Amino acid sequence: MSAKRIYMDYTAGKPVDARVAEAMLPYMNTFYGNPSSVHSLGQEAKRALEEARARVAQLINAEKKESILFTSGATESNNTAIKGFAYRNKDKGTHIITSSIEHMSVMNPVKYLSTKGFKATFLPVDQHGVVNLESLERELTDETIIVSIMHANGEIGTIQPIAEISQLVHRKKAILHVDATATAGQIPVDVQADAIDLLTISSNDMYGPKGTGALYLKQGVRVEPLIHGGGQEQGLRSGTESLPTIVGFGKAAELARIEMQMENERLIKLRDKFIKGLVGAVPYSFLNGHPTKRLPNNVAVRYSFIEGESMLLSLDMMGVAASSGSACTAKTLEPSHVLIATGLKHEEAHGSLLFTLGQQNTEEEVDYVIGLMPGIVKRLRAMSPLTPKELKE
Amino acid sequence: MYTEKVMEHFRNPHNMGEIPNADGVGTVVNPVCGDMMTIYIKVKDNRIEDIKFKTFGCGAAVATSSMVTDLAKGKTLEEAMKITRGDVADELGGLPPIKMHCSNLAADALHVAIDDYHKKQKEMNK
Repeated sequence: MSAKRIYMDYTAGKPVDARVAEAMLPYMNTFYGNPSSVHSLGQEAKRALEEARARVAQLINAEKKESILFTSGATESNNTAIKGFAYRNKDKGTHIITSSIEHMSVMNPVKYLSTKGFKATFLPVDQHGVVNLESLERELTDETIIVSIMHANGEIGTIQPIAEISQLVHRKKAILHVDATATAGQIPVDVQADAIDLLTISSNDMYGPKGTGALYLKQGVRVEPLIHGGGQEQGLRSGTESLPTIVGFGKAAELARIEMQMENERLIKLRDKFIKGLVGAVPYSFLNGHPTKRLPNNVAVRYSFIEGESMLLSLDMMGVAASSGSACTAKTLEPSHVLIATGLKHEEAHGSLLFTLGQQNTEEEVDYVIGLMPGIVKRLRAMSPLTPKELKE
Repeated sequence: MYTEKVMEHFRNPHNMGEIPNADGVGTVVNPVCGDMMTIYIKVKDNRIEDIKFKTFGCGAAVATSSMVTDLAKGKTLEEAMKITRGDVADELGGLPPIKMHCSNLAADALHVAIDDYHKKQKEMNK
């Protein structure tokens, strides 16, 4: 057993950057006032809250900081964007379009609305996971009020052509929601350049604390609040602001804006070396997702005849933490809807393995894992009844 | 997530492989999660003299396959037919609830292999 601990599951959860944690600390034990209070402790809290808002706004090039609504995370942002917009605008139409590879926090609100008098369309994707633009154009009608498409998919890494999607959507007078959980703070996001109306942002995905996120609302785009109460966040999200995590989120956004480009150059080199070292190193090994239009940290592969969780357990025995799209690792036994939407058969989807890289990964670690995989695959294939005879020797 | 016993069987599965001229072969597929398991048995004097398995599936699928071969080896065919999915899971110190279908598979594959043996015997005695 190796003493190494190698973490390559950054999409599932990221550590909080030490500089972020440091920025948060005073807001837990020194400046603990409520931003709504009149006294000076409250006003310091208010100042910090608005500074964080400005930093998040700057990261995505929002026209003003008031366009940023703090939430409890990407799931709440997606729910507010979709259900909040649909409820507020149902007199304009009842048709919602999304893709078949969205996160569950988009999929399930859309499915929920389809039981409440709305009509939902799930767009197909191609083999690389790119949304079919002809389908989008065809499905958009005068009844369509909102289209929700993710900027990039964390499971297969594919980045969507948001600018083109935005043009099609606005030609039909619908509005565009973009789930940027996997991209904001990781690759450039510009809500003005791409004419995005609603955008979901996650704090932890950019090394900020968990339990915090934001929703960008373009001026004039109205949503119904999901949470009613004291009227914080312009009445759109009641509840005393979670100041320590919001301050951390703001700091993470600032650091991401400054350091993103250099970090991505490093990650892309690691990613490409990793993919090259895995795909083709053994027979029947493939890349999932788009070969070039992909997230800088995403290495999604699949091996025929073996199953993802067995690979994860084997890697864990060697100190490596990874992920898979495999059913058996999740709360459900079904294979990943994302992999199935790209046209993979069930048994192919089950053989998927996902490494997502981050700040602390080194080239040495990538080399180590590249070296481990052939042995793991060989052992599991020897065990599998699906393995063809010629691979058994 | 898994007990140490499950991990032990995953790390070093017992009786993994094929029996070339098996007296009975049983394959079972779980249509929900796609797991697949094949059990091979060699029978002598109504006892399971040798048993091997091949499995495509998660850690629990591998461990339950390994465990069911341990439980069945040396038993009479009647005794082996009585091995249940519950027995397999218990011997492993329990399984996560969502994985109980996997142990279902292991005992099922064993029973199918025994049925296959009986069927082959009948044909030979015709």
